[in-house]
Amino acid sequence: MKRQALTSALLRPQFAALAAVLFINWLLFPGFFTVTWQDGRFFGSLLDVLNRGAPVAILAIGVTAVIATKGVDLSVGAVMAISGAVAAVMVSTGTPAAIAIPVALLAGLICGFWNGVLVTYLDIQPIIATLVLMVAGRGLAQLITEGSIVTFSDPVLSYIGTGALFGLPMPVVIAFVLMIVTTIAVRRTALGLLIEAVGVNRSAARFAGISSRLLLLLVYSFAGFCAAIAGLVVAGDIRGADANNAGLWLELDAILAVVLGGTSLLGGRFSIPMSVVGALIIQAMNTGILISGFSPQFNLVVKSAVIILILVLQSPQAGQWLSRRFTPLTPPPKRSAK
Amino acid sequence: MTDAAHPVLEARGIVKIFGQHRALDGVNFAVRAGEVHALLGENGAGKSTLIKILTGAYQPDGGDILLEGAPVRFTDPLNAQGSGIGTVYQEVNLLPNRSVAENLFLGRQPTRFGLVQRKSIVTQAAALMATYGLDIDVRAELGSYSVAVQQIVAIARAVELSGKVLVLDEPTASLDRNEVDKLFDVVRSLKARGLGIIFITHFLDQVFAVSDRVTILRNGQLIGTRDLSTVTATEVVRMMLGKDLAYAHAAPPVDEAAKGPVKVTFTGLGRAGRVAPFTLSLHAGEVVGVAGLLGSGRTEMARLMFGVDTADEGETIVDGRPVRVRNPAQAVAAGFGFCPEDRKLDGIFGELSVRENIIIALQAKLGWFRALHRDEQDEIAGRYADDLDIRAANHDMPVKLLSGGNQQKVILARWLANDPTFLILDEPTRGIDVGAHAEIVRTINRLREEGLALLVISSELDEVVAYSNRVVVMRDRKMVAELHGADITPAVIVAAIADNTLTTEPVT
Repeated sequence: MKRQALTSALLRPQFAALAAVLFINWLLFPGFFTVTWQDGRFFGSLLDVLNRGAPVAILAIGVTAVIATKGVDLSVGAVMAISGAVAAVMVSTGTPAAIAIPVALLAGLICGFWNGVLVTYLDIQPIIATLVLMVAGRGLAQLITEGSIVTFSDPVLSYIGTGALFGLPMPVVIAFVLMIVTTIAVRRTALGLLIEAVGVNRSAARFAGISSRLLLLLVYSFAGFCAAIAGLVVAGDIRGADANNAGLWLELDAILAVVLGGTSLLGGRFSIPMSVVGALIIQAMNTGILISGFSPQFNLVVKSAVIILILVLQSPQAGQWLSRRFTPLTPPPKRSAK
Repeated sequence: MTDAAHPVLEARGIVKIFGQHRALDGVNFAVRAGEVHALLGENGAGKSTLIKILTGAYQPDGGDILLEGAPVRFTDPLNAQGSGIGTVYQEVNLLPNRSVAENLFLGRQPTRFGLVQRKSIVTQAAALMATYGLDIDVRAELGSYSVAVQQIVAIARAVELSGKVLVLDEPTASLDRNEVDKLFDVVRSLKARGLGIIFITHFLDQVFAVSDRVTILRNGQLIGTRDLSTVTATEVVRMMLGKDLAYAHAAPPVDEAAKGPVKVTFTGLGRAGRVAPFTLSLHAGEVVGVAGLLGSGRTEMARLMFGVDTADEGETIVDGRPVRVRNPAQAVAAGFGFCPEDRKLDGIFGELSVRENIIIALQAKLGWFRALHRDEQDEIAGRYADDLDIRAANHDMPVKLLSGGNQQKVILARWLANDPTFLILDEPTRGIDVGAHAEIVRTINRLREEGLALLVISSELDEVVAYSNRVVVMRDRKMVAELHGADITPAVIVAAIADNTLTTEPVT
């Protein structure tokens, strides 16, 4: 039974898409799957995909729950910039990382909470509510850094972006752990079901006695928290906070990752691991185009083509068409319903 | 106009197969020009499948469709509409935020030099509405009018676009009696204009009021077509159910002595502009029926009790202790349950499974961290699904695929799984077929015997009379009467609703 569930999970179009993209990468660059061990960690293009894909994966983990409630969070890119700016300014003025990191995470949590308040208590549509912070947040980050790129040499913070644990890049470890912890948190508790219920029918959820406000506050706060983690990863990676560019447009990649992972923008059923797979599909394409030597301008065009393909494969219409093509038309003999 | 004996639209030997299920098996159906032809059957009988085939939404797997005697094939509803077959559904699918005129002419606006001629639309629309006996401002938003007017606008649009056959799919489900009469006037005038009208409804009296012939389906089979002048209601019901219903809910009068102690009391509960303060106590093992017209405040009363709307005065007392009910979560905590009137909007989680729909309120009560294990969920869902005879292929299928009656039972199961002390049912039998209807009435009686306090809002007086220990009557957002014992008859209730002294006129 378990094995069957696993096989059917692996047969989802997302995995096929990821495999196909990786295969094309291998055709373009035969050394793609080569992994080497050096200086106590693994190196290779595959690791690169995981490492570069980690920030979007981390964002997508948070955004998945938001989208499952029929919302959306456009502000996560800006929140990344805020958290990076907070951490960078603090450590560059002598505050230990042990304080700067929790403060940066708290900043993200507050940003998310703010979104949650706008959505639940003021009843503003999520796309507008989070647009406010998408625009204002980047300004806020620029105010924190006073308009310049704040660099630092704090070892702990740069370890988050560039270090390695068990031979794996730190961002990958963080994204993986976050994925596992979050998945357990939503599936071993009732949170997952309640989030889906609110996403499917908020009014019915209210009638069934679900406190959707608390749930929405939690979900948006968590998205802000994840964005703050991603912000730390990116800041640590470049050892600096660039309020203008950190996380720029990544909210869109994160939303795309969630949709590729099969969560509908109309809310309802969601899967956090599949969103992470979605993020990896996006990064595998980015990396493939880079290493193939095409000019990066192709990136966006190829990306959109692949995305259209994956979305078509996921659409119910395509599913019906395929099943009609590949199953016998004559129905089996009628049995009485007794 | 076609000869009255020759059908304008005819279906011969229609077969439709879904997977292994024969939804329609060799069904013949014909509607003549200038007749109203009712299509009846329990949910799952194949009514909607047949309609969808006649209007091009589905393709038949066998059989022919003839329009004015010539074989046709409709590729989609637009194609059918172009050929003269228009449809109006229960939920008006027009644009509520656009004007009546725009809705009437949407997609075929008269233009000059590529610009829409607004004035011409307005005058034409006003003239058109006048032919339907409606003198309304066609420039006002459609949504600002009652559902009845919206229905008539939808009918006018459908007739303008098609003009030979009009399909009315449960158009009266959300209308009150006056509105139904108005709608029927429109239907009769269209009939006089020579349209063939197919009328689908759950209300037998409406079938007899407006239709000429009736076709009855059961389990995808044609049971028969009859002239309504030659059959009685009992015969029609027998054909639909394939058995004598023997009026299952003409139960013996409710035993007043069987009820237990007071469970819930609402004292002076009210909200300005919604419901005037009312006081009501419910005993264990008692059903209190609520009668009143649409808009009389009956649903608003239930919403206050359950905390969907917050009361601005009065208090709620459960088992002798005052409790705070400011939102549904607190109501659930106090042991209340509420099956709302609008199942689709406020009741079911369409995408979620039957199992999840049943356990969701219990899970919400248990909180975030005490998740019901999958085995427990299966056990609870299985128990209540058996108990209420919920017919679903399995409990993991999305609840939106079930029929209306089964969806209602799922919501009922959701509350029973919560072990409530007080259950509010708002129009529990609206829009569900006769068989499921009788089952719900039986369930209400059973729950009363098991000691629940129930408040049942219904506009079907026969039904209210059959299960209520007491009946409260709402009028103009006030509780105006409380009827006991021998006073619980349709005649007395109608008199109370109408604020007349009792007359002996027969009801219905």
